[in-house]
Amino acid sequence: MRRGAASQGRILKFYGHGIPYVDDSEIKGRLIVIEGPDASGRSTQIGRVTAHLEAAGHAVLNVGLKRSELISEGILEAKRNFAGRKTLSLFYAADFADQLENKIIPALRAGYIVLADRYIYTLMAREAVRGISRRWSHNLFSFALVPDLVFYLDVEPEELVHRVFQKNAYLDYYESGADMGLSDDMFESFLIYQGMIAKEFRRMQKRYNLVIINGNRPVPEINADLQKRIDSFLRSVQGAKG
Amino acid sequence: MKSGMEGKLIIVEGVDGSGKSTQIRLLEKWLKYAGVPVYFTEWNSSETVREITSKGKRKGLLTPITFSLLHATDFADRYERHVLPLLHAGYVVLADRYIYTAFARDTVRGCHPKWVRQMYDFAAKPDIAFYFRVPVDIAFDRIVKNRPKLKYYEAGMDLNLSNDPYESYRIFQGRIVEQYESMIGPENFAVIDGTVDIEEQQRQLRQKVLETLPRQMFKAQKGAAAK
Repeated sequence: MRRGAASQGRILKFYGHGIPYVDDSEIKGRLIVIEGPDASGRSTQIGRVTAHLEAAGHAVLNVGLKRSELISEGILEAKRNFAGRKTLSLFYAADFADQLENKIIPALRAGYIVLADRYIYTLMAREAVRGISRRWSHNLFSFALVPDLVFYLDVEPEELVHRVFQKNAYLDYYESGADMGLSDDMFESFLIYQGMIAKEFRRMQKRYNLVIINGNRPVPEINADLQKRIDSFLRSVQGAKG
Repeated sequence: MKSGMEGKLIIVEGVDGSGKSTQIRLLEKWLKYAGVPVYFTEWNSSETVREITSKGKRKGLLTPITFSLLHATDFADRYERHVLPLLHAGYVVLADRYIYTAFARDTVRGCHPKWVRQMYDFAAKPDIAFYFRVPVDIAFDRIVKNRPKLKYYEAGMDLNLSNDPYESYRIFQGRIVEQYESMIGPENFAVIDGTVDIEEQQRQLRQKVLETLPRQMFKAQKGAAAK
């Protein structure tokens, strides 16, 4: 009998306290996350992986940070108003929660492959380098689903900065850690900040099962690497059902 | 209050209709009159966040977790922007509802109690937390008499307790009271009987405040209150 990407139904698996009131009926879909800094090639890879999975007959849903119809606007407003760090962290968490409950979980129940363009790890890394306790962030996101696969596109900051300049003529304020007073020179600030974030990701690797992908390579090479890993994962879960 | 903070934090808690807002406003006026530098803040009032929360409520888009996170965001914005710096500067900060409102409501809505408490663990403990105790029926009558219609989330309609908003509200408030009652000891609430005369309640509040505030605060220069 033909099966979806998902093989047999499984119950939702959360990091910590989870969502106590959520209906614990089965899900059939799969959640795959691609993490990485801006200009790491994330969106390009997600576009290619999506096309490939759809061509193979899977239904795919794309989600990402700051994409909640209700909340994303508020985050921009909060940044314009120079909101504090805890405020921004909580706002991002609300944006993520809205998408988790209203998009991700329903899609997983319906048997979709959900491809997330960043997830809680970016938020936790940003918070940690800004001095927010890891314990607090970990608790905050304990309602998050544990994904099936998490990739982190690791790009050297020196390479990354050139890719940013190919896209824009300037470095983004927050992505350069300019709010942290690291250096008066934006270029230098960017390199220091991205180095800190990458270090935080490596620190999270074991705890959260992150698969670190060398993102310094050309787009097709990275894509082949990602696709191979995703395909073999999907085959393994389909094979397992007997 | 954490050491190193010169100000004092005084908060009021209780269900809608318990009379807490009337009392904290009277306290504010008295302290201002006495020349004490005072700042007043209330639940769900951050300019940056409130609009999103009310949109979510209007459209019925909020789940217990997003409801909780948006109120925490609102709290954090007021806390980081006003409460903490003003406490450091030596102000008396008066808060109409504080973290205990979230502990009670979010838990009743089905969020994990530990999750909610850890989320708010950055907030300073109040120097005085007044809890206004009133029987649910009395608070209910006070609210219902003045309001033609109850709002969806206000009535706890998202909890599917009853199809009748008034009945839902009564059950919802009853559960919140249970949460408050369980916090009295552990959170060191000063319990005020919300059924006695306004003047008598205010007398009790002022007495407690006089015991807590250092005397020199009352000698501070007049007109130093923040807007």
